[in-house]
Amino acid sequence: MSDVPWLSILLAVPALGALALVLMPRGFARAREFALGVSLLTLVLAVLAALQFTVGSGGELQLTEVYSWIPQFGVSFALGVDGIALSMILLSVILVPVCLVAAWNDVPADGTRRLQGYVAWMLLLEAMMIGVFAATDVFLFYVFFEAMLVPVYFLIGQYGGPDRARAATKFLLYSLLGGLIMLVAVIALYAEGPGGTDGFLLANLTGLEIGGVTEKLLFLGFFIAFAIKAPMFPVHTWLPHAATEARPATAVLLVGVLDKVGTFGMLRFCLQMFPEASRWATPVVLVLAVVSIIYGALLAIGQKDMMRLIAFTSISHFGFIVMGIFAMTTVSQTGSTLYMVNHGFTTAALFLVAGMLVARRGSRLIADYGGWQRVTPLIAGTLLLSGLSALSLPGLNAFVSEFMVIVGTFQRYPVFAIVGATGVILAALYILLWYQKIATGPKPEEVAARTHDMSVREKFVIAPLIAAFLVLGFYPKPVLDLLEPAVTTTLQHVGVTDPAPTISAEGSEG
Amino acid sequence: MSVLETSVGLALADPSAVRAVEATGTSALAWLLIALPLLGAALLLIGGRATDSFGPLLATLLSWGSFVVGALIVLQLSGLAEDERAMSVPLWDWVTAGDLSVHAGLLIDPLSMAFVLLITFVGSLIHVYSLGYMEHDPDKRRFFAYLNLFVAAMLILVLADSYLLLFVGWEGVGLASYLLIGFWNHNPAYASAANKAFVVNRIGDFALIIAMAYMLATFGGLDFATVHGSAGSASTTILTIIGLLLLLGACGKSAQFPLQSWLGDAMAGPTPVSALIHAATMVTAGVYLVVRSQAIFDLTPEARLAVAVVGAITLLYGAIVGCAKDDIKKALAASTMSQIGYMMLAAGLGPIGYAFAIFHLITHGFFKAGMFLGAGSVMHGMADRVDMRRFGGLSGMMKITWLTFMAGWLAILGVPPFAGFWSKDKIIESAFVDQGNGAWQAWVFGLVALIGAGITAFYMSRLFFMTFHGKARWEDDVDPHESPLTMTVPMIVLAVGSVALGFILSWRGTFASWLEPVTGHVEHHEPVLSVPVIMGLTLVLVIIGGAIAWLRYGRDEVPVVAPVGSFATRAARQDLFQDEFNENFLRRPGASLVAGLEVADDDVIDGGLVGGTSRGLAGVADVVRRAQNGFVRTYALTMLAGIVAILGAVWVIQ
Repeated sequence: MSDVPWLSILLAVPALGALALVLMPRGFARAREFALGVSLLTLVLAVLAALQFTVGSGGELQLTEVYSWIPQFGVSFALGVDGIALSMILLSVILVPVCLVAAWNDVPADGTRRLQGYVAWMLLLEAMMIGVFAATDVFLFYVFFEAMLVPVYFLIGQYGGPDRARAATKFLLYSLLGGLIMLVAVIALYAEGPGGTDGFLLANLTGLEIGGVTEKLLFLGFFIAFAIKAPMFPVHTWLPHAATEARPATAVLLVGVLDKVGTFGMLRFCLQMFPEASRWATPVVLVLAVVSIIYGALLAIGQKDMMRLIAFTSISHFGFIVMGIFAMTTVSQTGSTLYMVNHGFTTAALFLVAGMLVARRGSRLIADYGGWQRVTPLIAGTLLLSGLSALSLPGLNAFVSEFMVIVGTFQRYPVFAIVGATGVILAALYILLWYQKIATGPKPEEVAARTHDMSVREKFVIAPLIAAFLVLGFYPKPVLDLLEPAVTTTLQHVGVTDPAPTISAEGSEG
Repeated sequence: MSVLETSVGLALADPSAVRAVEATGTSALAWLLIALPLLGAALLLIGGRATDSFGPLLATLLSWGSFVVGALIVLQLSGLAEDERAMSVPLWDWVTAGDLSVHAGLLIDPLSMAFVLLITFVGSLIHVYSLGYMEHDPDKRRFFAYLNLFVAAMLILVLADSYLLLFVGWEGVGLASYLLIGFWNHNPAYASAANKAFVVNRIGDFALIIAMAYMLATFGGLDFATVHGSAGSASTTILTIIGLLLLLGACGKSAQFPLQSWLGDAMAGPTPVSALIHAATMVTAGVYLVVRSQAIFDLTPEARLAVAVVGAITLLYGAIVGCAKDDIKKALAASTMSQIGYMMLAAGLGPIGYAFAIFHLITHGFFKAGMFLGAGSVMHGMADRVDMRRFGGLSGMMKITWLTFMAGWLAILGVPPFAGFWSKDKIIESAFVDQGNGAWQAWVFGLVALIGAGITAFYMSRLFFMTFHGKARWEDDVDPHESPLTMTVPMIVLAVGSVALGFILSWRGTFASWLEPVTGHVEHHEPVLSVPVIMGLTLVLVIIGGAIAWLRYGRDEVPVVAPVGSFATRAARQDLFQDEFNENFLRRPGASLVAGLEVADDDVIDGGLVGGTSRGLAGVADVVRRAQNGFVRTYALTMLAGIVAILGAVWVIQ
């Protein structure tokens, strides 16, 4: 079975689906059904591909494919996944159908190409996401990294809210800035490598031991691009704007999946290719990560627009992820990679439930609500549940990962861990104050009379997400088993080992 | 490694978790204890309105089912030799990565089972009571779902065999408490009270998370067996830090100083909730945590002293606040704080106090739950009024409520032979024991505990007389009446416990010897005052306190509007200004910080530093746009420029 090019198929199906939608006649009535079918087919294929993945066989890349692409420039079309990449791909292919159902009524089927375009962009984005996580050629990664911007730009700029043009531009500018810096680093990195017709292959660029200023500069080139994408303080300001103007479904894919390319890139590229520079940069990165945690949380507390609020909670959560990555212990990094999966589900639920509220009340302003537990009890209940996941309530998904990041970071950097952990208290504030303003208080009778609770379609949207909360909260083991070997390999590349528990360390001395 | 010295002669067996063998027989079914109420919560929440008709009854039955399982396990345990009364029930492999390896599992030992019986028995009685109390509430089903959720979470807390699983229960009860305090959250003040409880608790939870981080870094594990088993090889500094962090966690959950401010507001929840969660069970979780972590506290006198100091401060704090409250539930809440202060004080005394802390916790669970249910019954008959200045003379109208409340009142006063006498007096005696840390400690803790008993007698008698005796001061629209049987029967059962439980559990040292495998056997220590003197003094102070209360609130007329009062009275009425402190030193500066950051994010970061760069780019883009008419083209151009750059680079390299 291993000769089946699983990853290429996964990449091709949604891309061809998008193409087919564009070629269909104008006003094709079943565009949404078609796109949903394609995304479900992709999901099935991804599950089949995952079954080919051997969990117990260490952290090396599997399901690999290498084709020569532009040999003159050393570029190959090379795909492959480790546990981290596979988990991100699975997250993407689960969230896309959920988002398609959530976005069912976003664009009216008015006989023009608008609806077709909307779902086609989503499918194309799915293909790009699969590609960016599966690419094992640095140049190919860069191509996907940049190409991903196109569907998002159009999804925000053409289908977003009133200020969509400005938001899409800001998003594109920030991303392009990061991308250009990375491009320079990509080319320079090639020059450091062995060159040749497959000189951009990740395998040829790892373990180079570049050293010195060059390695530091290359590291920065990649890191700045990833920090913008993640996004970290102080290059985060594009995200609240983009998340606010985007449709909830777009925001989910943008924040829940696409931003993970940033943290994924730090793990895959920064740490593995520039281990020395990574260790050099660690103190600064940890400071920025902790600042992101607290800064994002404090700003989330003050937000009046709920989409902006969710965006700032993500900035806080990305701070945790980056902290865990750069603390470089097995526990913290496994926690971070699990956090990347969990945050995808949690943020998806927050954006989509908030979207359900906005669809009913016609306002993103938190002050326009109040008493909605008695207007739409189910929506309010799922909002609370999603919020509890975001504030890392034990028993729900995010807790395991946040806890692992904190205690894992503590093993090496106790002060950062303790300061970062105050985010736990702030999270209770931003979630519960938000819920209080939305759901509690006297029932607004006049609104209640014309507002209906969750529809069947919306239940289908939210059910898989809640299932993920519970399964990953109580039984994260399968995912952890998938992630840990890849993390171990990464840490070997960086050349760090876990600190031993102090009592056994003392015991061996005395 | 030096042998660590402790100030007390320890006669401890290994910690339970270390000796636990895999459970057999009924104990292997211990997971049912948690599964039954959890199933109830799930069914009622997911089933929705379809379960409205039978949901409350089902929840009550499942809670009783859990009690039956617990009783059977206790039967099995009591049939075993003392050192075999520790069993583990492994459940599943939960979190494994690197050094962190936590298997979810339960620990059954005399300590956890004492809690299981208290939680399921009092909890089930309160389910029954709620059938009556909440009968006309449209959201009754949701209420019972939350009650079941609480019972399940509380059982996870006490049955967990690792700090991490304990934490699941710990925050789980916090969630249930949040949901139930805010049950009537259409009232904005109640919704705020729920938030306050959760957020203040999170401060304690933060400390617990850090404590676990220290444990993992020190011991390489979070399960009780690893941590307690190797506590002896860790440095005293680390143990003290862990102890203090655990204490801060306990302060949050148990409303101990300085994290006490949420408990008074938590009375916004329906009264059965106040009885179950905010008096009998959840708020005692902090005491459980300290006693369960005795392997750590035994080795760190500093952290133990901190526990005792916190307990002593809180027992006076709560007692003083209790003297001035006119809201019957808030007066009871202050009393709960104070009584848990007693338990913390006892736990802080170390091995000589652990068993008494748990003993008082159990008797308190009965008499305080009984009094809360009594207060609920009074409110039921008085159109949900809570102002005691508008009660008075209810003894004739609500005979059962009056009598059962009287049992609780005498129990908390510590009048022999009621329950509190057996447990509270032991704590006062232990506080007077000089454990070799200087006699001053014995005198300070002993006198605080003694004076606390006198103040307790005053404010509880004040409450009792204002409510049931004196002249009726009812408002015109109320028609006092006794509550239905579903409510009075649980009150009667708890009253029986308030009367007899102390005596029964003390008979031939039953309870102390039951706990001995966990808390260890301690030789009797002589207090600095002789025991009969302490008992005599306590009784005298209690009588004086009660007598003053009778003169002022039983014999004299009680004004229906509270007099302005002295500064001390006003301070006590306002909880010794705790909310003013929080408002001025935490909330307002915090709000200003958030507001300031918002402006900074827009103006400085987005507008200046980073935004400037991006606007600069936009300027370039603008030029290009004018030429190329559109951003997509700009984008394509950038890509093209990039490719040209690559071509150039490759050409140069070759």
